[in-house]
Amino acid sequence: MSTALSVESEERAPGGDVLLSVRDLRVRFPTEDGLVKAVDGLSFDLRQGETLGIVGESGSGKSVTSQAIMGLYRGTRAEISGLISFDGVDLLGLGDEELRRRRGKDVAMVFQDPLSALHPYYTVGNQVVEAYLVHHETSKSAARQRAIDMLDRVGIPNPAKRIDQYPHEFSGGMRQRAMIAMALVNDPRLVIADEPTTALDVTVQAQILDLLVGLQKEFGSSIIIITHDLGVVAEMANEILVMYAGRAVERGVAEELFYAPEHPYTWGLLQSMPRMDRLRIERLRPIPGNPPSLISPPSGCAFHPRCTFRDDARLGCAQVEPGFDADRPHPVRCLIPPDERIRIFQTQIRPSL
Amino acid sequence: MSAGQGAPPGRRRFSGRRTQTGNRIELGEVLLEVEDLKKYFPMKTSGLFRRPADPVKAVDGISFRLRKGETLGVVGESGCGKSTAGRTILQLLPPTSGSIRYKGRDITGVTGHDLRMLRLEMQMIFQDPYGSLNPRQTIGSIVGAPFAIQRIDPEGGVKAEVQRLMERVGLNPEHYNRYPHEFSGGQRQRIGIARAIGLRPSLIVCDEPVSALDVSIQAQVVNLLEDIQNDFDLTYVFVAHDLSVVRHISDRVAVMYLGKIMEMADRDELYGDPLHPYTQALLSAVPLPDPRKENRRARILLTGDLPSPINPPSGCVFHTRCPRFREELTEQERTRCVKEVPAQVPLDADHGVACHYAGPAAAPVL
Ligand SMILES: Nc1ncnc2c1ncn2[C@@H]1O[C@H](COP(=O)(O)OP(=O)(O)OP(=O)(O)O)[C@@H](O)[C@H]1O
Ligand SMILES: Nc1ncnc2c1ncn2[C@@H]1O[C@H](COP(=O)(O)OP(=O)(O)O)[C@@H](O)[C@H]1O
Ligand code: SF4
Ligand code: SF4
Ligand SMILES: [Mg+2]
Ligand SMILES: [Mg+2]
Repeated sequence: MSTALSVESEERAPGGDVLLSVRDLRVRFPTEDGLVKAVDGLSFDLRQGETLGIVGESGSGKSVTSQAIMGLYRGTRAEISGLISFDGVDLLGLGDEELRRRRGKDVAMVFQDPLSALHPYYTVGNQVVEAYLVHHETSKSAARQRAIDMLDRVGIPNPAKRIDQYPHEFSGGMRQRAMIAMALVNDPRLVIADEPTTALDVTVQAQILDLLVGLQKEFGSSIIIITHDLGVVAEMANEILVMYAGRAVERGVAEELFYAPEHPYTWGLLQSMPRMDRLRIERLRPIPGNPPSLISPPSGCAFHPRCTFRDDARLGCAQVEPGFDADRPHPVRCLIPPDERIRIFQTQIRPSL
Repeated sequence: MSAGQGAPPGRRRFSGRRTQTGNRIELGEVLLEVEDLKKYFPMKTSGLFRRPADPVKAVDGISFRLRKGETLGVVGESGCGKSTAGRTILQLLPPTSGSIRYKGRDITGVTGHDLRMLRLEMQMIFQDPYGSLNPRQTIGSIVGAPFAIQRIDPEGGVKAEVQRLMERVGLNPEHYNRYPHEFSGGQRQRIGIARAIGLRPSLIVCDEPVSALDVSIQAQVVNLLEDIQNDFDLTYVFVAHDLSVVRHISDRVAVMYLGKIMEMADRDELYGDPLHPYTQALLSAVPLPDPRKENRRARILLTGDLPSPINPPSGCVFHTRCPRFREELTEQERTRCVKEVPAQVPLDADHGVACHYAGPAAAPVL
């Protein structure tokens, strides 16, 4: 993590080959009020063994992105286009049967609310066993042993007994662990964790994040962690993607995003949060205004109604749509020229962080 | 801590109202005194023999004093009794025992006219900007409701007053006839705030008022809460689980665990020099938005789950998860933790810690 500030495209943080590549992903939902452009041209890569953090306000399209990667919009009214390539295979082009075969084994998901992912009428053990049997031809007793091992791995005390309990007999933190056990039981190569700790206390969150990091080291899987908590991504992610209104507005290695961010929205996020580890400031600096409508997003730059830098007439923020070159090492969706952005960060933003 | 003598240098008790004239800090009059407050919820009897079931000890003996204009932050894990404490103080729930003195008068169990008068002075702002507003009422009637309930006719009429309030909290007064679903989460929280300040209360219990909001909107609402605190001379009990927000807004902070206050101190002291192992663990668990710092930081991990408030552990309720108990104490010392309940943090504590072996953490927690 030391040379991160001077990265050129070749010298990224260490990591394997590209495992997941998303290009120009679009997900739209027809509704009574109009077409919701929940994800609107999203592109990113994730390498084997790395962790990508996706941050952004609620409604910015984080969960829709993960559901689209999991293929959970099949057979719904959602309109999906673009490319989601996993280990060279286009997931959007797969047949339903093939996708089911891969789901859980190649890609597994941890949700914010374990109660929605765990079935209330089956024991926790049954559900982990079933998840295992879908992908393995083996005896029930071998699968049960595997499930007990997994529950033990994720730190559930007394797993041989707990395995026969129902989800409601588990605490929130234990349910989250059980869901992680279920997600990891098939050694998936990619784990997507959508706000895995948002509903938990910080003490339990610390345990769960610790667990995810440990399991990743052990299994070498890649992780996408979706959260609105910049502290969580600082702890977990090598690479960070900032989303706004269904699009990526900035992407880079964690060091760049925290110590040399270039997008005004990223600046706003960092400035608006109270910091426990800094001298207390007299007054917080919120981002003005509210998140935009995804049915009729603002013209030009979608962030312009809330951006303090939009008034520079040379830029034309309300008319011109800024581009985003996903193949660059640190792409930024903003009309301010790169040198100028770096200067603004150094002179105006950094001193106030 | 003696009234009127001024706080030691470097300490500040009234975040919002620092006077231009310099360092003299006036300690306000005491507004609220809570002493050994308990709130138990009876459980339904169960089992063959129909013996009464043990109650949930949601709040199990807490004391604190609040001065006018001050903000007391209350933090702790889910289920530790923060909301119950807030609701009991406001007389929305009858206490099981203990006393609540408001402006020097014991208000525990007041009824009728007295209770109605009290309701004028104490309000609550809730976490859930969706569930706490009636979807079938217009904003105008929601914000105007307290006037109707209390049969108060403000000068210029209710509508004009409501529109003034809407403007004050940053809502467009022309939206008087709109319904809650037409507003975003942050705007709904503003509606809740407008409703709470209408009757010019002195004390507001804010129960997780910004927890459901995105960071950028959270900061807007925190600033608004600080502004109206100045304008209307409000005293806050600010319940939240976000330790960074609590540090920002509070003058003093109480850390709760299983219905009890573990530690209570001035904000800067609590965050800078936490002495209770639970406070230390809580602070160290918060991930900081700074990857370099995160890489260096050692986390104090708590093992196990929160025990049930129906059957809390003996002695110190924290002993089943306490890292100091586990790693630092002798057998003899541990026996004390298991058997002897640490003394309750007293109501006027400067820096109170309910721990037999209170002391700084082995390594800095932030
Ligand atoms: N009406 C009730 N009947 C029985 N038990 C209750 C009742 N209300 C709360 N409790 C219990 O009292 C304890 C404290 O609850 P409380 O809502 O005060 O916690 P809290 O600290 O506000 O938690 P959170 O952070 O989740 O809001 C919990 O164990 C809860 O289940
Ligand atoms: N099934 C659906 N039908 C219509 N709109 C949807 C659907 N799912 C999500 N959306 C909308 O898509 C946008 C992005 O949602 P989401 O990805 O869940 O946001 P977040 O970033 O908070 O996870 C939101 O405006 C949401 O209301
Ligand atoms: S393009 Fe303009 S409005 Fe958009 S972020 Fe850059 S400066 Fe702000
Ligand atoms: S009294 Fe003992 S168990 Fe309780 S917090 Fe102190 S050291 Fe830990
Ligand atoms: Mg989401
Ligand atoms: Mg609560």
